[in-house]
Amino acid sequence: MKAVTANRLDDGAVVYLDESGQWTAELALAARYEGDDAEAALADAKRRATEIADGYLIEVTETGAPAGRTTLRETIRAAGPTVREDLGYQAAGR
Amino acid sequence: MYRYDEFDATLVAERVAQFRGQVARRLSGELTEDEFKPLRLMNGLYLQLHAYMLRVAIPYGTLSSKQMRKLAFIARRYDKGYGHFTTRQNIQYNWPALADTPDILDALAEAEMHAIQTSGNCIRNVTSDQYAGAAADEVEDPRPYAEMIRQWSTFHPEFSFLPRKFKIAVTASDHDRAAVKVHDIGLRLYRNDKGEAGFEVIVGGGLGRTPYVGHAIRKFLPKEHLLSYLEAILRVYNLQGRRDNIYKARIKILVNAEGADNFAAMVEKEWAAMKKTDIDLPREEIERIGAYFAPPAFETLPEESASLEEQRRRDPDFARWLRTNMAAHKTPGYAIVNVSLKPVGGVPGDISDGQMEALADLAEDYSFDEIRATHEQNLVLPHVRKDDLCAVWSGLKRADLATPNIGLVSDIIACPGLDYCTLANTRSIPIAQRISERFADLGDQESLGELKIKISGCINACGHHHVGHIGILGVDKKGEEFYQITLGGSGAEDASLGDIVGRGLSADATIDAVEKIVACYRANRQDNERFLDAYRRLGAEPFKEALYEAA
Amino acid sequence: MKLLKFNAGRLVPALEEPPVEVSLEDWRANPQAHAGATALKISNAAPLDDIAGDLSGFSVVILAFPGFKDGRAYSQARLLRERFGYTGEVRACGEILRDQIFFMARCGFDAFEFSGADADSAAAALKDFSHFYQAAADGTAPVWRRRLARAAAA
Repeated sequence: MKAVTANRLDDGAVVYLDESGQWTAELALAARYEGDDAEAALADAKRRATEIADGYLIEVTETGAPAGRTTLRETIRAAGPTVREDLGYQAAGR
Repeated sequence: MYRYDEFDATLVAERVAQFRGQVARRLSGELTEDEFKPLRLMNGLYLQLHAYMLRVAIPYGTLSSKQMRKLAFIARRYDKGYGHFTTRQNIQYNWPALADTPDILDALAEAEMHAIQTSGNCIRNVTSDQYAGAAADEVEDPRPYAEMIRQWSTFHPEFSFLPRKFKIAVTASDHDRAAVKVHDIGLRLYRNDKGEAGFEVIVGGGLGRTPYVGHAIRKFLPKEHLLSYLEAILRVYNLQGRRDNIYKARIKILVNAEGADNFAAMVEKEWAAMKKTDIDLPREEIERIGAYFAPPAFETLPEESASLEEQRRRDPDFARWLRTNMAAHKTPGYAIVNVSLKPVGGVPGDISDGQMEALADLAEDYSFDEIRATHEQNLVLPHVRKDDLCAVWSGLKRADLATPNIGLVSDIIACPGLDYCTLANTRSIPIAQRISERFADLGDQESLGELKIKISGCINACGHHHVGHIGILGVDKKGEEFYQITLGGSGAEDASLGDIVGRGLSADATIDAVEKIVACYRANRQDNERFLDAYRRLGAEPFKEALYEAA
Repeated sequence: MKLLKFNAGRLVPALEEPPVEVSLEDWRANPQAHAGATALKISNAAPLDDIAGDLSGFSVVILAFPGFKDGRAYSQARLLRERFGYTGEVRACGEILRDQIFFMARCGFDAFEFSGADADSAAAALKDFSHFYQAAADGTAPVWRRRLARAAAA
């Protein structure tokens, strides 16, 4: 399954597209797509050029965890630097 | 050090205003990200994994206390309370908001700093010896020439869209602390047989995917022709360098494809046709810039300090720090102090806002207001009276900046890696942290002597792994982190590229492998030879055996 | 596509018939066949060492930017102006960003085949900087010459 992720334009923070079409900071809340739906959702998201800087698809499990070859990278994006647990989303105790 | 006059100040202010307009056009949607990206990159603003990253230039590594305090202010006000010193005498902020970046650049401009050309396919921040103006072994201070290059290269109309990025380093010592042989252009200022000072011009070195040690294309260039000769090299490169393949676009590929002799002939032909009087600075301007780098008002002191010797005898920790972190100064009674940003278990190159301010205070009180950044991700107080070394050490200890490990096994270069960087395949920082923890015993470290470990999280080699005595390159294998070890590299005057030993290892196995390599060195070391010298004498075999035996 | 040119120091839209173009290769292969051409189009890869003799009959030279990152034409323009003394129009065509034209103007370009941003915006971008550190093809005194002049006047 796929989810749409991006960095927010104003502060660069990692965001995911949720079911209601809003950007969320929590990967678990990201909308999950199969097949062509994912590409269509990404294409729509990319048109929101004043909200995000860069959008792409990531592979996720059915429970919304990072999957596939970029698992480590996307786990780090979703949480924050592994060497500074006081920074990034992980700092809020998520 | 150099101070902006109205021309320098105006240019930097105009650049900030221009960038402020570009950011506004992006935020309003007038510019797309594709259009904005090259513009923000020209000003050192990247988009990394978690946030934007702003890279600020510290030209030739020289900072005043005022500038360091400004860097601390930016870290506190606009970032998360820290900055990261890189391998190119830059500082990076990892969390700035896009809308704040024009204000950050304004703050930098107030302290005569900028982020101009810290990214993009242009001439990047010119780097130099961190001991410049202080080193006992230098011919003359190389920084005036670095400043001339900074000005000449800033917004160069012809060379702002080169085939690829372009890095120039300058040294004036036989002992090369600026890694000039692994730069696009390395300049070594020396005296010839007639006693005249001039540059050896080395071209086509570099790391990354295709590492090369550079070739000297001119043995002796009179100093006054530096800029025109650089312009000739850059013009040949701009017209002839490959643009069809990003991995083959650096000047090193052109130099090695043409052959160094042929490339030199191309440059000489171009140079001969140039109108040099429009490019080379006249004597008056060279002297004007040089005057800013006049030595500070050193006192006349005896070479030895009685109080220092007394303190050294009394405190073995201080004595150890002196042995590892102090270097010889050209002026009697003075010393160069290295400030390690590599505490055991720490993030190489990271420094907090409070530490920056503590260092600014120490520089103001004890080092003529000067601080230097090194390409090995450390800092330097260049001009400290030997009488004051103990006070400086105490101040550094209070700020957690007194780790006595310069040049030792835990003084590791590491790129930000996959913890921050969008290009990385693997993490680098945790490997550095774990190696420094494994070798935490300071006595053991010191007994091993000079041993340079350099770690890169991808093939782009920002961590200079090819020129590490022990190099570690992170590679991704089907989503898992593996690390490839190289041995025998050097980025100094005896530059060489490391040899790959064995296959990629897991992170755990990598830490063990480093320990085995070091044990092998310890077992085979003759007299007090460095690791690098032992490796060159022994070759790779005994080290490979030590690794395979374990596996 | 809009052609912008300098007129009395200002960058303004030029309304004129396009010139008759010929590539350097075609021109050299058969000059008689292209006797009516007024614009010489020089590719990025063309060596310029012996270009002097080809320039005299042309009032326009066209240099290409196949992508905004491809900067070979900056060097070519400077060579045409500074080494070969070409005084006709040097026109930039291809992918040109608004924020690049001040570099181009400094290298000797004086006409720009522009798409995207409008002429006002491009003209404004030319005013972003008031000093330059280097001498180039635009005849502006570099900062170091201005410093010398000021010191001499003081």
